[in-house]
Amino acid sequence: MNALVPLPVLLPLCATGLSLAFGTRLARFQRIISVAVLTAVLGLSVTLMIASDREGPLSVHLGDFAPPLGITLVADRLSGLMLTVSSAVTLAVLVYSLGQGMADRDKETPVAVFHPAYLILVAGVSCTFLAGDLVNLYVGFEIMLVASFVLLTLGGTGPRIRAGSTYVIISLLSSMLFLTAIAMTYAATGTANFAQLAVRLPDLPIGVQTLIQAMLLTVFAIKAAVFPLAAWLPDSYPTAPAPVTAVFAGLLTKVGIYCMLRTETLLFPGNRLGDLLMAAALASMVVGILGAVAQTDLKRLLSFTLISHIGYMVFGIGLATRDAYGGAIFYVAHHITVQTTLFLVAGLMERRGGTNELTRLGGLARSAPLLAVLFFVPAMNLAGIPPLSGFIGKLGLMRAGVADGGVWAWILVTGATVTSLLTLYVMAKVWNLAFWRAEPPDLAAFGTVLESADETEDDTDLGPDRIPGTGDEGVTGAPGPAGQVVAATLHGQSVTTTTRPPRAMTAATAGAVAFGLAFTVLAGPLAAYTDRSAAELIARTPYVEEVLGR
Amino acid sequence: MTVSVSLLATAVVLCAVGGILMLTRPLTRILLGVVIAGNGINLLVLSSTGSAGAAPLLYGVPLRRVTDPLPQAIALTALVITLATTAFLLAMAYRSHQLTGTDEVHDDLEDRRIVLRTEVRGEWAELREEYRAEPGRTPDERTRYREERHRLRARLRADRALQARGRDANGDLWHDVLGADPEDYPGGATTPGATGTHGQDPDRGAAG
Repeated sequence: MNALVPLPVLLPLCATGLSLAFGTRLARFQRIISVAVLTAVLGLSVTLMIASDREGPLSVHLGDFAPPLGITLVADRLSGLMLTVSSAVTLAVLVYSLGQGMADRDKETPVAVFHPAYLILVAGVSCTFLAGDLVNLYVGFEIMLVASFVLLTLGGTGPRIRAGSTYVIISLLSSMLFLTAIAMTYAATGTANFAQLAVRLPDLPIGVQTLIQAMLLTVFAIKAAVFPLAAWLPDSYPTAPAPVTAVFAGLLTKVGIYCMLRTETLLFPGNRLGDLLMAAALASMVVGILGAVAQTDLKRLLSFTLISHIGYMVFGIGLATRDAYGGAIFYVAHHITVQTTLFLVAGLMERRGGTNELTRLGGLARSAPLLAVLFFVPAMNLAGIPPLSGFIGKLGLMRAGVADGGVWAWILVTGATVTSLLTLYVMAKVWNLAFWRAEPPDLAAFGTVLESADETEDDTDLGPDRIPGTGDEGVTGAPGPAGQVVAATLHGQSVTTTTRPPRAMTAATAGAVAFGLAFTVLAGPLAAYTDRSAAELIARTPYVEEVLGR
Repeated sequence: MTVSVSLLATAVVLCAVGGILMLTRPLTRILLGVVIAGNGINLLVLSSTGSAGAAPLLYGVPLRRVTDPLPQAIALTALVITLATTAFLLAMAYRSHQLTGTDEVHDDLEDRRIVLRTEVRGEWAELREEYRAEPGRTPDERTRYREERHRLRARLRADRALQARGRDANGDLWHDVLGADPEDYPGGATTPGATGTHGQDPDRGAAG
């Protein structure tokens, strides 16, 4: 069973090679290989999750080098769950993007880049979830980041380059901080292996321990977009193609949360910086959701709710009791799915209404009832309406907060309640504007190339953000036949409204919604599982013994 | 563990220089900053080896006296990664230059919106004050006032429309990638105010 552990990383990497080798000639082969590999990774992840639940953590020392020399990969309950949820979500997003790509004119577009980059992203995410030492965690981060750079700037259009540059610089900066933290840890302890660190760190002076902890927390907080370090997120994510935004929003921030959970429990038990984490959690929740209230663009609005709900997970980590960790893990799994689904739906709405600007959308509940259902369920799930899994996750966290009973815990419980209500308000706003109200008169007709809707002569003096190609005489306002798909958001081309999005896109979104509902239906077993993994995290000995030998 | 002071001092200087470069606007400078600071941090990683010893070979060297090989491996990994990201940043800086004539990192959209809003509000308030201060109002003045107000509102609307359009649709990709060299864009557009030229290039639409 242990031999399976490296496969979630290896398979996508090998498939990337194949995809690059054959992709330019055989686009179909490329698609088949991506779907097959991601399905295999999903199967493997489920196997690993079940196996680690039954037999305790599984570990592999690559090349049979003992720590600290070799690379260690470990799959315990937490990694197993994260792997399963992430591979299910990436598979759904892949199918969605296939549906989008096939409908688009992709004869000449650089779609050859999308599949390899996506597979590398999956490999990087798996690598971070399985990493058993800080250096490997760093490498996993970098694999993931480089792939995400490519995906975020896909097509190299003006807005994507603009948004991408912020993202790239912030990511590079956090990588440097991470490397510094690794250097400090290694200098202080002589190892970077998690299990060995867990043994050796408590012998260090308290100041050094706190310094290393603070450094690592800062790095992961940048990744996870916790409030003071979250300013990069709402500006960079929304410009990417819909499937890319969906997978980034769902997964990449949660990777940061996973790393926080792992290091806070395994390396720094005792919760020295708990109050700080709780303050950051409160700020993320409130500032994030207030940012969402102010937005009228759906994707930006969702990005702000993402920041706000990261606060819930950080709240759980800051409380640091078994219930709180369990609640946080449950919430991570729930939130990955629901946030990805909402971004996928946003992509479909863009297809349907031609824009993500809420003030220009309307009447979708009548014209696209299926889409309305697909939006409504995850939206209510995000807001935490019972009996959906968002409610269960929030309830678990708040119960842990009440049980803790400290001042901070009570403040956080209040903050979480307010945030939850404001999320409901935001989601109701989206529902009312985009779905419930009557169609605005200037809603683009189907088959119209958008982008001609507004005045063009006014904005020549608006500075460097002038988007090239928007004043294009040849394209502007040229109506196509109704139902024709000219859209190619995946490749940075213009969007055209269609009466019927490709089946694969709708099916993938519906699959993601169903996966989110599965958390509600299977809430009992899942909560028991997250509770067991929280117990395992707190106990620490199973992990350490598995890696270092009994 | 003893650490070489010169190594640490070099690392500190490199990080400081890199940090200052990263605070600037142009991407190429940021790139240089990333490279320099990256080297500084690599030195920091190397310095965690402690005092130097013999080469870390498996045979023929007494084990106690070899240099710790692990930080070297870490630094090598980091170097390779820095190389890759450098290549990517260079490509991005070039692309940014192709598109806008500069490779500067632009402001956050939200920031721009807030700045524009305060500007417009300020002008609006001034206008109102001026208008109210005058006792007698001719119809001419009233029209002028109304027009000014409309102009301000249009500015806000135009900015919002620009943002919405930026998200909705972006030109034809292949023309941008293959056919677009900087001389294709008339005027060169080197300063932030002097842009807006690309969209009016008449042959772009035809080619797309």
